[in-house]
This record gives sequence, C-alpha cells and structure tokens, in this order.
Amino acid sequence: MILTMENPKEKTRCFAQEDTAAAPLSGAAQKAKKTDLPVPEAAVSARGFCVNYGSFKAVKNVDIDFSRGRVTAIIGPSGCGKSTFLRCINRMNDFVDGCTTSGLLALDGVNIFHKRLDVVELRRRVGMVFQRPNPFPKSIYDNIAYGVRLQGRIARSELDEIVELSLRRAALWDEVKDRLSSSALGLSGGQQQRLCIARALAVKPEVLLMDEPCSALDPKSTARVEELIGTLSGDYTIAIVTHNMQQASRVSDFTAFFYEGNLVEFGKTSDIFTNPKCEATNDYITGRFG
Amino acid sequence: MNSHLVRDLEALKKRLLTLAMRVEENMLKSVRSLRAMSENMADEVVVSDKLIDSLEVDIEEDCMKILALHQPVASDLRFVITVLKINGELEHIGDVAANIAKRVGYIRAEDKVEIPFDFETMTTRTVYMLKTAIDAFLRQDSALALGVCSDDEIVDMANRECYSKVREIISKNPKSAMCCINWLLVSKSLERIADMCTNIAEDVIYMRHSIIARHNIKAASEQIRGESEE
Repeated sequence: MILTMENPKEKTRCFAQEDTAAAPLSGAAQKAKKTDLPVPEAAVSARGFCVNYGSFKAVKNVDIDFSRGRVTAIIGPSGCGKSTFLRCINRMNDFVDGCTTSGLLALDGVNIFHKRLDVVELRRRVGMVFQRPNPFPKSIYDNIAYGVRLQGRIARSELDEIVELSLRRAALWDEVKDRLSSSALGLSGGQQQRLCIARALAVKPEVLLMDEPCSALDPKSTARVEELIGTLSGDYTIAIVTHNMQQASRVSDFTAFFYEGNLVEFGKTSDIFTNPKCEATNDYITGRFG
Repeated sequence: MNSHLVRDLEALKKRLLTLAMRVEENMLKSVRSLRAMSENMADEVVVSDKLIDSLEVDIEEDCMKILALHQPVASDLRFVITVLKINGELEHIGDVAANIAKRVGYIRAEDKVEIPFDFETMTTRTVYMLKTAIDAFLRQDSALALGVCSDDEIVDMANRECYSKVREIISKNPKSAMCCINWLLVSKSLERIADMCTNIAEDVIYMRHSIIARHNIKAASEQIRGESEE
C-alpha cells in the first residue's frame, strides 16, 4: 500500500490538547491533521494512530511523519505515550497483553500492522536501542555478528567486515579492536550502549529507535552517543525518546511533544525550542510542568 | 516547576526595572537641567550615569549566569535575550541623557537664542516613548510596543524641522551658530533616544511573538494582527 499526501515537514503543527479522537479540533489543528496519506519522503508515518492497553487509551489519534534520514525527538512527561508509540514502530508491543492498535502506522508506506507483514524482517529494518545497554553475554564480536548470522549463512571474511564496519560506525572500533573476543559485559556502560547501537547497525536497518538511550550513561558517554547520533543521521531515520530537553534540542531535527497520549505539537526542533506554538509545549520545555 | 529559574528570572526582571527607573529619572533630570539651565542638575545627571553603567554590567552578568546555569528555552530564552538587549539600550539612553545635560554649560556660555524646535513637545514625546516601551516590556504588550514604534516618526520629523530651523537662524545671524549647533545636538540626542525606545519596543515584540520586527515593522504588525485574529 503506497500512500501520498501534502508535505507538512517544514511546518510546526500544534494540535488540540484534548483527546482528539473525541473532541473537534481548532481551525489550525484541523488543517494540520488532515488524515490524508503519508508523505513519500517520510520513512515512518502515522495517521489517526491509537494504542490502547485494555480500556486505557495510551496513544490517541496521532498523525506524524518521521522524515527519512533525519532525527526526530519525542518528548513529554512520563506516561504520555511516547515510548508506547516508539515501540509500536517495530511492534514491540505485540507481546503486551491487552495492547491493541487502530489507525495507520506505516514504514515506507506499508502498514506495519498488516497481518501478512513479516515481523522479523520489520525488526531488521527497524532497530531498537533501549534505556539500559543490553549486550548479550557473549563476546564483542558475537554480539555484532548475532543478528547477521540469523539472516543466513555468511562467509567469515564478510562477517568480519560487517563487524568492523558496524563498530566503526558506532565509534567503538578503536576502543575494542584488540579485544573482540572478550566478553561484551566487561565494557563500560557507555561502550556497551555503543555496542548495542553497532549491533543494531550490523543488520543494515533503515530506522533506529532509541528509547532514552543515554539515561543510564555518564556525561562523557552521553556526549559520545549524541555525537554518534549526529554522524548516523542522514543514513538512518532516527526516532529518539528522551527526558533530557537539552539532548532533544542538541541532537534532533524535528521534535514531537506528547501529552496524555496526544501529539500536542510537532515541528522543527529550532522552532519548538525557541517559539513553540502551544502553551503546553512552552510550559513543558521550560520546566513549568511535567 | 523549575523554581530556581523562575526565581532568577523574577530577580532579573526586577533589576532591569530598577535600571529603567534610573534611566528615566536621569532623562527627566537632563531635560529639567536644560529647561532651568542648571549646571548643578546637569552634573548630577553625569554622576548618576556611572551608577547606570554599573547596573548594566550587573544585569549582563546575571543574564550570562542564567544562560549558563539554566540553559533556558522558548519563552524563557526569549525573555533573557530581550533583557540582554534592552539592558544595552537603556545604558545607551543613559549616556545620551548625560550628553544632553552636558549641553547646558555650552548653551549658557553663548548668547541666548530662540530654541530652534518645540522643546516641550519633543521632550514630552520622547519621555512618553521611554515610559511606554518599559510598560510594554512589563506587560508583554505588543500593542503598546507598536504604538512606540509609530511615535518614532513624530520625533524624527521634529528633529528634521530643527535642522531646517537652525540653518535658517544661522544664515540670518551667524553669531548664533554655536548656540544653535548645541540645540541641534540636543534635538539629535532626543531623536536617538526615541530610536532606542523603538528598539526596546521591537525587542518586546520579539519576546512576545518571536518576530524580528527590526527591519520591517509593518510586516511584523500585520503578522501580529493575523495571529490575534487566529
């Protein structure tokens, strides 16, 4: 299913703060919330996308486009639905009892929740990095090679090349090249997180999802990961959930503010952090609530 | 709620108000010294300008601290940037007020001539612009700020008329040249103060609407009107 619509990329969109599924939108929000189909330039698009946990509405009627090769930060107070939304992009919520979705969430115009979609292939195309580094209890080399081997037989020389390239891309190669056979668990927290990013990169994803990737890291490791995000943007579409406003403003091209399951405002990061259109966004990013 | 930032922003606002009050007092005093041709009063203006200079430095340091320690964003960032800019404008207005006061000695030393412009109207209008610009900042009121911007033309016109009048007086009576030139400098100083009040008003518009009105006030005004209609 290929989908097309007007390009809203460069606009800041301010949506109604109430449950948009139930309440009518203001004129500006209605204009922004056209439920036409996603832009071709968007790697990931949502239209009227909802997530429920039983009767609880965690994500309400979200319309958003993640521009290809750009970094989009998702911000909002705890429980606002940002991680739930992020995890839907590679269907991590499939394992959650009572979790149901409606509306459209598409990767390259293809519905992520289509019943015939190959979820394993989806997760190859959409990598994920979690809050806490989670290396496998294996060697550094095997951590990177793990996903590649799952995809089928591969020559050792080719695998070596992928491991080196992935570690280089994750800015970790120089630190670990002499101890590839050592346990990944012996790496520092920051190195482990970059190893997880390298592991995600090894299977050549198109989209990288990062759920608070630096929240367990010290400032120096955080800076390394942020630099890495900068070097990866352009080649990968990155969506990062973060509670750190400075991080969102430093690393992202676009920012989406979620509140109580609604996408309140979405726009260029430079606009959101200097002149947000919604009072709620202003209050949140200036630390007045949340 | 980030109470430390809110507290520091509130303190910054109070400090800027103190500066604004001192500058306004100095400006009024410089006008009075000229009206009364009082050199003592003029000296007081020059002395208290030093206090204004020191307060301006303190406010700039406060802004730097807030930027470094709190890394404000959105409305808070625009507020700090605006304070930083208004701070500079107020200090400059203080300097120009001191320059006006310094004219008293020169004018007294020369033969008396007719003031080549409507002194009361021009000073009253300029003081009103300063008061209104500060009011606009306090209330974050862009309508007041736009009013200041449109008043600037009145002061500009008075200054242009002064120039023509000075030429006319000097051509009739060349001996009055020195005195006339000093009055022309007063008129020019008032015109510069009005310009700086306009700058403050434009900064207020930036703070309130994130619109840089500096080079196209008409477009900014239309944009603000459009926003309020939405």
